[in-house]
Amino acid sequence: MPAAVSFQHVSRHFGQVKAVDDVSLDIAEGEFFAMLGPSGSGKTTCLRLIAGFEQPTSGHIEIFGETAEGLPPYKRNVNTVFQDYALFPHMTVGENVAYGLMIKGVARAEREAKALEALAMVKLKGFDQRRPSQLSGGQRQRVALARALVNQPKVLLLDEPLGALDLKLREQMQEELKALQKQLGITFVFVTHDQGEALSMANRVAIFNDGKIVQAGSPADVYERPCSRFVADFVGSSNVLPPDFAAAHGGTHAWTSLRPEKIRIAAAGETRGHGQFAASGRVTSVQYQGAITRVAIDVNGTRIAAALPAGVADIQEGQALSLAWAADSLVAMEPA
Amino acid sequence: MSAAVANSSRGGLSDFFYRNSGLLTLALLLPPLLWIGVVYLGSLFALLLQSFYSLDEFSGLVVHEFTLSTYEQLFTATNLTIILRTAVMAALVTVASAIVAFPIAYYAARYARGGWKALFYIAVMMPLWSSYLVKVYAWKLILAKEGIVTWVADKLHLGWLLDALLSVPVIGGASLSFSYIGTFIVFLYIWLPYMILPTQAALERVPKNFIEASADLGASPRQTFRTVILPLAMPGVIAGSIFTFSLTLGDYIIPQIVGNSRPFIGTTVYALQGTAGDIPLAAAFTVVPVVIMGIYLMIARRLGAFDAL
Repeated sequence: MPAAVSFQHVSRHFGQVKAVDDVSLDIAEGEFFAMLGPSGSGKTTCLRLIAGFEQPTSGHIEIFGETAEGLPPYKRNVNTVFQDYALFPHMTVGENVAYGLMIKGVARAEREAKALEALAMVKLKGFDQRRPSQLSGGQRQRVALARALVNQPKVLLLDEPLGALDLKLREQMQEELKALQKQLGITFVFVTHDQGEALSMANRVAIFNDGKIVQAGSPADVYERPCSRFVADFVGSSNVLPPDFAAAHGGTHAWTSLRPEKIRIAAAGETRGHGQFAASGRVTSVQYQGAITRVAIDVNGTRIAAALPAGVADIQEGQALSLAWAADSLVAMEPA
Repeated sequence: MSAAVANSSRGGLSDFFYRNSGLLTLALLLPPLLWIGVVYLGSLFALLLQSFYSLDEFSGLVVHEFTLSTYEQLFTATNLTIILRTAVMAALVTVASAIVAFPIAYYAARYARGGWKALFYIAVMMPLWSSYLVKVYAWKLILAKEGIVTWVADKLHLGWLLDALLSVPVIGGASLSFSYIGTFIVFLYIWLPYMILPTQAALERVPKNFIEASADLGASPRQTFRTVILPLAMPGVIAGSIFTFSLTLGDYIIPQIVGNSRPFIGTTVYALQGTAGDIPLAAAFTVVPVVIMGIYLMIARRLGAFDAL
């Protein structure tokens, strides 16, 4: 079975800028695939290459085994949910959703029924006669989703679809999108700069930086075993320990990642078991965040941040504190 | 801090308007309201009033009594022909300028960047900087029998084509500058910027991702043009057509200088209020374009031309 989307050494250059630089990836059918990276990292260009809005400068793209380069967007069986939704203002919500079917020549009665069905699926029953301008951001988002899904695409592309929504709505849409993807079994390719969103929704995450994929894997893989300082920093927050410090505290002589939630407070005079290491220093900051408290200490110039469960201790800035961790929480990385 | 606040003066004009924003609105609106309300609409109303008076044929004086007899005169065969001639010319000029303007506006809105865009604006606007009369007389020379059009046609051995065109009944004539074709060409030239600019402004407001979304949903470029770009550009085209249509309806210079001297509404009004001194009929004639434009806008609205506004 061919991959849903396959990139083979794909590059897209804009003049001197290498927006996408020699990217190879395979997205399996039915996967919820996230492309994660900071702005300008090439993730959106990759999505546009799949949609057909961009052509690769070099390399080869296949969608379900079919060569994609040279194929215009309107001949590809993929649909896009745009970042700012791109709903047509001169059509009603119902007409927007039925647009793809109208273009295909589906009879009016049938396409209107299917549009209503799609609107019901995104919980917008009874909104078909309204104009997009009369809807809230969250409702427009759902219309955009219905407009894409009604065409039963083989791949659904989502370009930062939740970026414009407020936090509560975003969390709700994350759950709904995930449920929808499971129910429909369509391959979702999702672009985001929000690592939390990528980790919570995707089966697999590719992390982009400077036009390249720096790491790809399951969310747990990427989070637990970041391969580079960039990934450790970008996906969640992490302590990036310099080689000398790491070697002295249970790791190897390499740049090493240590997740804050893997760190606990070492009680004074405790006897540490095999594979346990600790460091002491002055507390430089305390941030109360409800469920956790973030504490940072300074160990001879190396900053170590810990995420402590709420209520473990009352810690003041400036006091001395020992933090401890297990050696197997340390992940050695490439220096880059 | 508080000393600085207390020290600052509270008497300035801007402070006063800050506290009384309603008065600011009034101060800004009053002069234009007086101008529009009294000078502009007032005179229009006076004109309308004139059209309900009549001219005493023997004394040549205006009879200040309400009557519809002046409007009756509009429906004589001669006057109906004038109205029809003007309306047909205005419609043709409007359709032609929409067709000519659209690709130019489309290029400027979608493709021209930086220097090319500046060049576009200069090219479209520059003709507006020179005198209207000079331009019309220049066209008379261009279109004359000894003019450059005839000369170029001869050099290209296409003189026969020009002659064939001029021998077409009604629209033909002795030369281009003495035919309806000439009048049409000059109208088209003079009003074209008024069609290009609003069309370009409307196209400018169609985001690129609407076109991408349409393609994404399976529409070929042709379908996208028909179902997305054109409907969204329509308000601009209609705005442009209001200019080209009403300006042609009211113009009295071009038909006098270029063409076969048959009267248009504008030239008729000019003659009636001048030499003939028949102000009521002149007024009634000027109401005609107002009515035509009203009907035109109503139809445009019915057809959904303003849905995208």
